[in-house]
Amino acid sequence: MASLTEAAPAPAGADRPRRSFRSGALTALLLAPASLWYLLLLVAPLGIIVLFSFGERGKNGGYAGGFTLDNYAGALERNGPFVTSLLMAFGGTILCLLLALPLAYFIATRGGSKKSLLIVLLVVPFWTSFLIRTYAWLTILGPEGIAGFIGDATGNPSFRILGTPFAILLGVVYGYLPLMIFPIYVTMERMDRTLMEASKDLGAGRWATFRQITLPITLPGLITGSILVFIPLMGEYVVPAILGYSRVFLIGNQLVLQFLEARDWPQGAAKAVVLILIMLVSIIFYIWFSNRGRKVREVSVL
Amino acid sequence: MSATTRTVDAPAGTTTRARVRKGRSRPAGDRYAGLVEGWLRSHTLLVYAFLYIPIIVVVVFSFNGTTRRVTQWDGFSLRWYASVLADKTIQGFLFNSFFVAIWTAVISSIFGTMAALGLQRAPKWFQRPFEALTFVSIIVPEIVIALATLVFFSTSFDILNPIFGLKLAKGYHTIIAAHAIFNISLVMLLVRARLSGMDRTHVEASYDLYGTPWRTFWQITFPQLIPAIVAGFLLSFTFSFDDYVITTFVNGQGTTTLPLYVFSTIRKGVTPATNAVAAIMLLITLTILVVGQLVVARNARRTGSRGRDATMASMLAEQSA
Repeated sequence: MASLTEAAPAPAGADRPRRSFRSGALTALLLAPASLWYLLLLVAPLGIIVLFSFGERGKNGGYAGGFTLDNYAGALERNGPFVTSLLMAFGGTILCLLLALPLAYFIATRGGSKKSLLIVLLVVPFWTSFLIRTYAWLTILGPEGIAGFIGDATGNPSFRILGTPFAILLGVVYGYLPLMIFPIYVTMERMDRTLMEASKDLGAGRWATFRQITLPITLPGLITGSILVFIPLMGEYVVPAILGYSRVFLIGNQLVLQFLEARDWPQGAAKAVVLILIMLVSIIFYIWFSNRGRKVREVSVL
Repeated sequence: MSATTRTVDAPAGTTTRARVRKGRSRPAGDRYAGLVEGWLRSHTLLVYAFLYIPIIVVVVFSFNGTTRRVTQWDGFSLRWYASVLADKTIQGFLFNSFFVAIWTAVISSIFGTMAALGLQRAPKWFQRPFEALTFVSIIVPEIVIALATLVFFSTSFDILNPIFGLKLAKGYHTIIAAHAIFNISLVMLLVRARLSGMDRTHVEASYDLYGTPWRTFWQITFPQLIPAIVAGFLLSFTFSFDDYVITTFVNGQGTTTLPLYVFSTIRKGVTPATNAVAAIMLLITLTILVVGQLVVARNARRTGSRGRDATMASMLAEQSA
């Protein structure tokens, strides 16, 4: 069955070895460009980063060979940017969840004939340049915008929003919110609505129905959304650079500083490796969490 | 309010009956219904406002005739568009952006589609590591990819140039190569999702009718993949066109793109000219979204698939789940 549909149909007799050789060659040909790309532009650069992370800094910057663990010790010692990034990423993810959940619920259950329009209206901001959407807040939050207004109202002319962690949190939530809404909406949209009806018929209130029916069913969507938001948040560079005036330091900005300005490649490389490890661990945790949730649900259904 | 919209929006048939019944047997504890409905409605409205106000601010202030501060409204004017579009340097940046984005999209959609097709024929020992690399290319933060490729390019150029007497340097090719990593993975995932959801009966029918694998592919499989490939092409184009992080590290002499220009001007302070450039960028990417929508919808009509699949937006939403 599989060979019939996926590879060439198995021909009979002596023809076969030649055919399968040709089919193998075709497979290799199809995969060659992407594999080459991965090896040359993903494996090699990341390999170099790992290699450099154990090396020493050259006199004029760059990399000068050697083997040391000092860079990792340094990365763990001065862990300020990591902590800020993690806090920002978790806070941002939770805020996105809180904003996305009622919205997705509304579109999925009350959208009616306007559903497609509402979804298109979500795609448009997602499709527009992240840079532009971020710098737009400079005008809105700036001294001639909200900050100036609040400053005048409270008689505190030095009141600022830009350059504070709040501005960055706002920027990242704004930037990545659509990524949270899409997967939650899709799982809610696919949900069997009769379960909610049944729950209501059995006398459950709104909140009980939401907590016991809607929320568990949409859990996979919530987790996908959280991963999609968490990944870019953790390595964010643009938002703190623009809205934070580089005063609030996230790990992305730290990396750039270390690589380009201090030209301390080994230190930067060690931090990059730690960042990748944090990403891997968090995502594996998210996936483990979602699988566990699924198992619990299956058991409870049985 | 909520009751009227419900009956109006309800499609004909069984659903209407179910909704009517639900309305009649509403539990007594549901007196907060109006409150909850109102909250849901206003929350949705506020989130949409939150998503759109910044975009509207940029577009509105790009028409500001002022020559002083950007927020000081001085009448509607197209002067900034005129001055931006006449600027030879900005024209060059626009060309660079287009050039990079088109090549990234072409490379990503061809190689990504090929990889998706090849991967389902490949043996397991190859599939697993390949999928792992796809996963890595998506979860590694963009800034790490940018810095790693920068270090990789400068190190390998430093080694190769003296040995072979070359003059390798950063330029269009390094930007395109670095943009393509993520986008190849993206197209591959889109096409694979389409392949796995595909109706196999047509392929089998074609083989039963002695269609060759080659003809079966081009006449049966490929047309069904078109929406995914188109979506992948346009997504890659847009990501590449709008990209700042990777481009800023791997660009070379004379390959500044529009996002880099926008970033450098906002460092000095947002001007109406910045907003005009931004609005032009928005116009370009939204045109692409509309074109994609038209292509996908036309394809859906021709192949007879309806509803869910017929819009680019819902395809994206599906994909992310």
